[in-house]
Amino acid sequence: MSDPKPKIAFYWCSSCGGCEESIVDLGEDILKVVAAVDIVYWPVALDFKKKDLEAMPDGSIAVAFINGGIRMSEQEEMAHLLRRKAHLVVAHGACAHLGGIPGLANFWNKETIFRTVYHTTVSTANPGGVEPQQETVLDGMTLTLPEFWDTVCPLDAIIDVDYYLPGCAPHRDLIMNAVTAILEGKLPPKGSVLAPNTSCCDECDRNKTKPEKLAIKEIKRPYEMILDPEKCFLAQGLICMGPATRGGCGERCIEGNMPCRGCMGPTDQVYDQGAKFLSALASILDTNDEKEIDRLVDSIDDPAGTFYRFSLPSSLLRRKKMEAVR
Amino acid sequence: MNQENFEPRLVGFLCNWCSYTGADLAGTARMTYAPNLRIIRVMCSGRVDPQFVLKAFREGADGVLISGCHLGDCHYQEGNYKALRRHRLLTRILEQFGIEKERFRLEWVSASEGAKFQQVCNEFTEHIRKLGPLNLGGNGGGRHV
Repeated sequence: MSDPKPKIAFYWCSSCGGCEESIVDLGEDILKVVAAVDIVYWPVALDFKKKDLEAMPDGSIAVAFINGGIRMSEQEEMAHLLRRKAHLVVAHGACAHLGGIPGLANFWNKETIFRTVYHTTVSTANPGGVEPQQETVLDGMTLTLPEFWDTVCPLDAIIDVDYYLPGCAPHRDLIMNAVTAILEGKLPPKGSVLAPNTSCCDECDRNKTKPEKLAIKEIKRPYEMILDPEKCFLAQGLICMGPATRGGCGERCIEGNMPCRGCMGPTDQVYDQGAKFLSALASILDTNDEKEIDRLVDSIDDPAGTFYRFSLPSSLLRRKKMEAVR
Repeated sequence: MNQENFEPRLVGFLCNWCSYTGADLAGTARMTYAPNLRIIRVMCSGRVDPQFVLKAFREGADGVLISGCHLGDCHYQEGNYKALRRHRLLTRILEQFGIEKERFRLEWVSASEGAKFQQVCNEFTEHIRKLGPLNLGGNGGGRHV
């Protein structure tokens, strides 16, 4: 009897579903994957239950791909369960890797998020002022919901993570390279990000249009101008996260004539993507006059949210100071 | 730690050419000043990566000082201008993180200004003492923080 095929699991936590889509987007290549492995758990696509997963022997799954950050108790529980069952855990996509877009909620907390979502938005109709409760008794039965946390965490803040597949969503080539490396046992050292360790600018076709010395006199947003389809975005005065962002994404945003937003996270040499971009941007502001510096800095709309768009929960500060959240 | 016996923990990044020498002068001239500032010598205020500042806050600093040569006097021509631009931008970001701008200070201290260094140290320490501890400790990975 031949060796059984390696088992693979997919799971999502606090994410949009785009990473699940990135698996489907492998197109015909997914047939090669399915031929080589057994998918034993994938709640989005296949009808397995939690009890099926619990029944599997510990360590029996070759690799679990988990996407999404961790912001609720249920996600924490599932992450621990998958960690126990899987030999390798891959943080799949920007949210599991860095916290991602949902991680921007770390500028708020549970109370302010609930206030906005269940009370104050114009489209909310909630005359009873009802909020989700962890326990509700109905007809003598107790219904439960997971606990909602104040803070979104990247996956590696909760469980040990073996590899990171970066991107929002990860490029298909990165996913296929990762799956192939796992199947062939040709993996880099534990903890590696499975993408090139060079910046987005390194791969960018527009790099050659970058002037020798970048200098910005006005900072603009894409909607305020007609974007040149070939010129370096920073040279156009647009905030492009390329210098502080890892490459390997396929430059899909750049090809769509939009600046890089930083979804691949920083390269290995950097702890804090936002701080590193701040440093780069401040260096190329073209003025030494204090008043003019203040004016340029004030013209940036939401700098923290822009520079930490994908990486707030994994940044050095991780969240807004709790006492300061209003 | 309560407000009454709070001793501010301050980290200072001082440039080698002006401010560190100015601090040295304050020392050799036997000027007394608040002992709260932990000094880290860097070659230029322009060498201070914003990551250093965030890491200092993350690891318990209540205030961070960057000090360099006066504008126009930088040993490397314009490192201090870069420091100035980074300071302004980082200050805005720190405020979005709920960290008061008074906790992150930029000062120009020349090699001959021992007395100014003494004054900056005393003022900064008293400012932060009034502001109280930063208390970022709970910002960890936890659920309730």
